[in-house]
Amino acid sequence: MSNAQIEIQLIASLVAIACAIPGTFLVLRKMAMISDAISHSILPGIVIGFFITQDLNSPLLILLAAITGIITVVLVEYIQKTGLVKEDTAIGLVFPILFSIGVILIAKNANDVHLDVDAVLLGELAFAPFDRLLIAGMDVGPKSLWVIGSILLITIGLLFAFFKELKISTFDAGLAASLGFSPAVIHYGLMTVSSVTTVGAFDAVGAILVVALMIAPAATAYLLTTNLKRMLVYAICFGVFSAISGYWLAHGLDASIAGSITTMLGLIFLMVYLFAPNKGIIAVLYREKQQRTEVSLLTFLLHLRNHNEEEERHVNHLNEHINWQKVRSKTVLELALKNNMIVIENNIVSLTKKGKDFTSQAIDYIITNEDSKIEHMKDDFFLFRG
Amino acid sequence: MDITEYIKLVFTDYTLRTITLGTAVLGSVTGMLGSFAVLRKQSLLGDAISHAALPGIAIAFLITGAKDSNVLLLGALVSGLIGTFWIRGIISKTHLKSDTALGLILSLFFGFGMLLLTFIQKQPNANQAGLDKYLFGQAATLVESDVWLMALITSICLVVLLLFWKEFKILLFDADYTKTLGFNTKFIDILITSFIVLAIVLGLQTVGVVLMSAMLLAPAAAARQWTNSLGVMVFLAAVFGAFSGVFGTAISASQNNLSTGPVIVIVAGVFVFISFIFSPSRGLLFKQIRFIKNRRDLQLHKTLSFMYHIAETHENISHPHAIKILNNFQGYTKGTLQKLVRKNYVKLHGSMWSLTEEGFNTASNLYNQQTENNE
Repeated sequence: MSNAQIEIQLIASLVAIACAIPGTFLVLRKMAMISDAISHSILPGIVIGFFITQDLNSPLLILLAAITGIITVVLVEYIQKTGLVKEDTAIGLVFPILFSIGVILIAKNANDVHLDVDAVLLGELAFAPFDRLLIAGMDVGPKSLWVIGSILLITIGLLFAFFKELKISTFDAGLAASLGFSPAVIHYGLMTVSSVTTVGAFDAVGAILVVALMIAPAATAYLLTTNLKRMLVYAICFGVFSAISGYWLAHGLDASIAGSITTMLGLIFLMVYLFAPNKGIIAVLYREKQQRTEVSLLTFLLHLRNHNEEEERHVNHLNEHINWQKVRSKTVLELALKNNMIVIENNIVSLTKKGKDFTSQAIDYIITNEDSKIEHMKDDFFLFRG
Repeated sequence: MDITEYIKLVFTDYTLRTITLGTAVLGSVTGMLGSFAVLRKQSLLGDAISHAALPGIAIAFLITGAKDSNVLLLGALVSGLIGTFWIRGIISKTHLKSDTALGLILSLFFGFGMLLLTFIQKQPNANQAGLDKYLFGQAATLVESDVWLMALITSICLVVLLLFWKEFKILLFDADYTKTLGFNTKFIDILITSFIVLAIVLGLQTVGVVLMSAMLLAPAAAARQWTNSLGVMVFLAAVFGAFSGVFGTAISASQNNLSTGPVIVIVAGVFVFISFIFSPSRGLLFKQIRFIKNRRDLQLHKTLSFMYHIAETHENISHPHAIKILNNFQGYTKGTLQKLVRKNYVKLHGSMWSLTEEGFNTASNLYNQQTENNE
């Protein structure tokens, strides 16, 4: 591995960590799309900053762009507050217009600006190591490494200092306000950090990858855990892993690094989305099927309890009486038998004592309608689940 | 170039005519369908779909190796639809919220698309240049057949809209009721969403991935301010969209170095801005005027009721009082007093005022009933 390769991976990993931290909170606060809006609307800020400083890494440019990000948030909130349109429409209106202004600014000054929209939107990580930071003639590393490193340090510092405030205002804004933490300060603080991170990261990895690195690791982690600290750690791990593996994918395909990192993020998300225990799509579908069978079982047992007539309880008539398909009634019947809730004599189904107990408790549950009760009941009575 | 000259040019110059027609048709179809997106609170879906269409374009190119815009748009359509249904899957099957799902699909698909695009660019195939016009759009690349395609799809949209008008409308405002009436809500839902995807994909070539969402939203958001009727809104949105296209093209054609897409979006933004401020019933300006008027009204009532309480203590209600005693009173201004005089509630004699019979009666019933004349 050459020096430049190590530096690229280091920058990508730092960006991933710096994005994962605010990203986790954005996802939890249902503001993920705000990061998308910010990443686009910083363009005019960058352009104006670039006119003034002529340097993509100057602190003034980062500041100006971050301010544009905050302006976006404020504008969205203002439009939303007028009640003329909903929040999502407000977001969808503000950022394309700001972005257009940026594009036009670039186009009108195309002759004397070395800045193009592709670079802002897509970034080029491969060039990052060539832009060195010189302090007193000494080469201390790539500029973007320093920029993103300091942003990361600030973010981590803020995270540790305000962890409990962030946590409480994320999960219970009302409680946070009544305890005296201003929700507005925390909200705009988070927005500022997100804008600064977006701006700091864009020229290395591009605006779209910033969005991907903010949302995807956090969303993936959210499918695996409900503990905030763990979610942060998972998100950081996913981010760093896809940053490094994405680099090697790009190396192999000779394609854009930002694109490959995003693709890796996508693959990880897809895997977790499919296979996560409890919340993955397969687990959810399985659980839904299980619940469907169990509800059918309950209906079936209640039907038996309500009817003493033999013709209502004949195995062959179940299909007509409860309106089930054949396969369905077979699985339900087998489940009931396995759980010792029914006995079948001469094709006539009748409830056992256990089945009767179960149904009377089930009726209780239906009347009181307490959600926790049914799960206990199932644990008590079921030897085999649906 | 003055306006008449430009208009003449629109009718004679092939390129300009094609672009103007194309953007106008595009604006009207996105405006029409955008109304549904806005009302269904799916505004950002447009943004997500337009980004999600990118890998489709790249894959279609990789498979066919040709740059036929129809094939590429077909790829975009397929990948946009996959993105849309994945977003739905995420929202309905996991606890991730819609904003997260949108952001995820948007960025992941776009990143994957970028990977493919850069991969294609490195291929030893001279044909690949120009694929990145789908990123920011290039209206200048529109040719007549593209406009015909747009017109065709717009008319299909129109027919479907008219055919399923009541279904779309009822699903929009009361989905549960629609279900109980026995409509196949899933089918209607998929139909309208597919058309939204189709409209977005159509616009990719002209305004590009990034700005497409504004094309969808801005005309609809502007139209929403002027009416409460769905039919009028859809019509207005189509008109606004078409005008954004025409004006945007005109402005960008009259200047150097102005790409059409961003200008169209800004023109649409101006429409939204004007609508937000000047719409008679919802606009901010008239809202503020109504607010001030109401406050004046209340102050007028306060003054009247204050006078009433003074007059009450006298046997003769028209007993004159000095204007001076009103001076410290909050609701009192020369204007409000004049207004009371004009309404014949109060009579002025030099520096004295007296309540009239009519004023006394109004004041005594001020808080008991609603007065007819809310002025």
